[in-house]
Amino acid sequence: MVQFSSTKQYVATRDLIEAVNASITLEKPLLIKGEPGTGKTKLAQEIALKFETKLIKWNIKSTTKAHQGLYEYDAVSRLRDSQLGDKKVKDIANYIKKGVLWNAFEYKNKPVLLIDEIDKADIEFPNDLLQELDAMEFFVYETSSFIKAKQRPIVIITSNNEKDLPDAFLRRCFFHYISFPDIATLEKIIHVHYPNIKKNLINASIKSFLTIRDTAGIKKKPSTSELLDWLKLILADDIDAQDLMKNNNKNILPPLYGALLKNEADVELFQKIAFMSRSES
Amino acid sequence: MFLKLFGSIRNNGVPVTLKEYLDLLEGLSLGLCNSNKIEDFYNFAKLCLIKDEKNYDKFDRAFNSFYKENIDIINQIQKNVPEDWVLNELKKILSKKDKKKISNDKDWDDILKEFEERLNEQKKRHEGGNKWIGTGGTSMFGNSGYNPKGVRVGGKPSNRRAIKVWEKRVYQNLDDQVTINTRNIKMALRRLRKLTREGIQDEFDLEDTIKATAKNAGLLNIKYRSEKKNSVRVLLLIDIGGSMDDHAKSSEQVFSAANSEFKSLDYFYFHNCVYENIWKNNYRRNSEYLETENLLRSYSKNTKLIFIGDALMSPYEITYPGGSVEHWNEKPGVFYIKKLTNYFDKFVWLNPEEKKKLAIFSIYNDFERSNEKKYVSNEFKRYRVSNEKVNLINSTKYLCV
Repeated sequence: MVQFSSTKQYVATRDLIEAVNASITLEKPLLIKGEPGTGKTKLAQEIALKFETKLIKWNIKSTTKAHQGLYEYDAVSRLRDSQLGDKKVKDIANYIKKGVLWNAFEYKNKPVLLIDEIDKADIEFPNDLLQELDAMEFFVYETSSFIKAKQRPIVIITSNNEKDLPDAFLRRCFFHYISFPDIATLEKIIHVHYPNIKKNLINASIKSFLTIRDTAGIKKKPSTSELLDWLKLILADDIDAQDLMKNNNKNILPPLYGALLKNEADVELFQKIAFMSRSES
Repeated sequence: MFLKLFGSIRNNGVPVTLKEYLDLLEGLSLGLCNSNKIEDFYNFAKLCLIKDEKNYDKFDRAFNSFYKENIDIINQIQKNVPEDWVLNELKKILSKKDKKKISNDKDWDDILKEFEERLNEQKKRHEGGNKWIGTGGTSMFGNSGYNPKGVRVGGKPSNRRAIKVWEKRVYQNLDDQVTINTRNIKMALRRLRKLTREGIQDEFDLEDTIKATAKNAGLLNIKYRSEKKNSVRVLLLIDIGGSMDDHAKSSEQVFSAANSEFKSLDYFYFHNCVYENIWKNNYRRNSEYLETENLLRSYSKNTKLIFIGDALMSPYEITYPGGSVEHWNEKPGVFYIKKLTNYFDKFVWLNPEEKKKLAIFSIYNDFERSNEKKYVSNEFKRYRVSNEKVNLINSTKYLCV
């Protein structure tokens, strides 16, 4: 059997790999939490790539309802058609629109079903999906038929921790928290994305990135994806490691900091710190 | 064997159920973690049993004790303490002076054993908030016996073992002891609602459609209606400053979590008792404020008024002009409280303090005779906000009846 592992574009830690493989073996949904930008959504894409199957994405919004993922019955157009004397009207199945889950259940190869940012939805949303995710089946009232998954899809659910999820739902999932990568993993991640980058630039950038992250009182900590964006800019502008190192010691904001600090208050904080350290010296 | 782990996790206050334990066993029988590495088992057990990162730390602790108890079974070789690691820690903790002071002739194994115990204690105390070395001081190793010679002898490690993942306890700061989380607060506040249909009409209204079509001699006439939404408006007045500083933030969080549940939710601050002015930004309270009487003009009578405060104040702050601790007030606090409570239909006072301090203003016994005191405590429906969902539910019930 194929096992998930780090790919060319994605560095997965040992515990994450284990989590993915366990949830695939036991056919249970895997709930992924972690700081924004730690590669939660990317993980689902990589699993789909690895197993050479389709990624079926369900992006959750605050207005998303659970039944939209199953199917929707278009009563209005059926009524219209009945007035026009369309023959389609006789069969109610013509007016049932398949939702994301239905499509995933019917797919031939075991697909990857990504339920993205489940915490965005209404507080009852996860409870409405319990049966569907547990038994991988649901009932269509309009046609009185049971839809059962041909192959249990690999279900990845991400959450940004905006709302607490109900216990009954959690009990049916495996849970993994992607913690912020350590320096060695960060280096690996950078290498994967920019294979030709110089070693000293990596070190310098990680150093100033971590100083920003570890600053007390910062509101929005920059994440891995922001580090990568920032490096992209640095490479494009051809800034070398020495410039970065110079700034490190003086507590000055690194060049192109806009990619790292997304909050006005945070930029202000850093300018204050820089001012203080200058007046000290 | 794993039941012990399960039990100790439960005893640590992590909500795990039998279903999760069965998942763990099923996974093991399917051949997961067959690599004989204890780390893999640790990861897998964490994956199955723990559903929230704030419980990771509790799990780490439970797993640590489980690991220690069963260390012989798990791995015969790993009996020894990592000597290189201990040495480093020793160097960190003991100054040269300490090393000289201490002289004893216990053998190395005993020292290590004792050291490990001490270190564990330190971890625990550290967690309580004390500094690592601070209070422990030199006495920490005073009687445990530390032989400078022994260090050198034992310094050549024969069995290396790295510090285990669960001993690092990286998730310590994710562990929170908050008993009311946003979810159960939301569930309680759900009762605080009146559903009305307003806004865009985008829901298909079957009944109305049938009626309209019938009227239309069978020609289809589709009707829509708007979705049901909560029409309750909430006004929060939060006591800030002094004894309330600890609670103000949690109160804010509680209600901002529920923000989407209401039609509108607004908040203002006051200090100890409501006087002429209230404010939104505590730092600019002297420049940006709103006159309390403005509330009567800008909010309708059916807005639900919620005070949050610990009501720890002297009677003068309520009953006498000039009683405020911050400024000279022309009219006594009770004047403004009466004004607000007369105007709004429904109001409660939520008290985040513990039960013994629950009764408003009651800590001053000499205040017993005052009429105002009776008025204030009779008038308010008081409920504690801390730890008990029940009280919140009761108060929301009252607000909505």
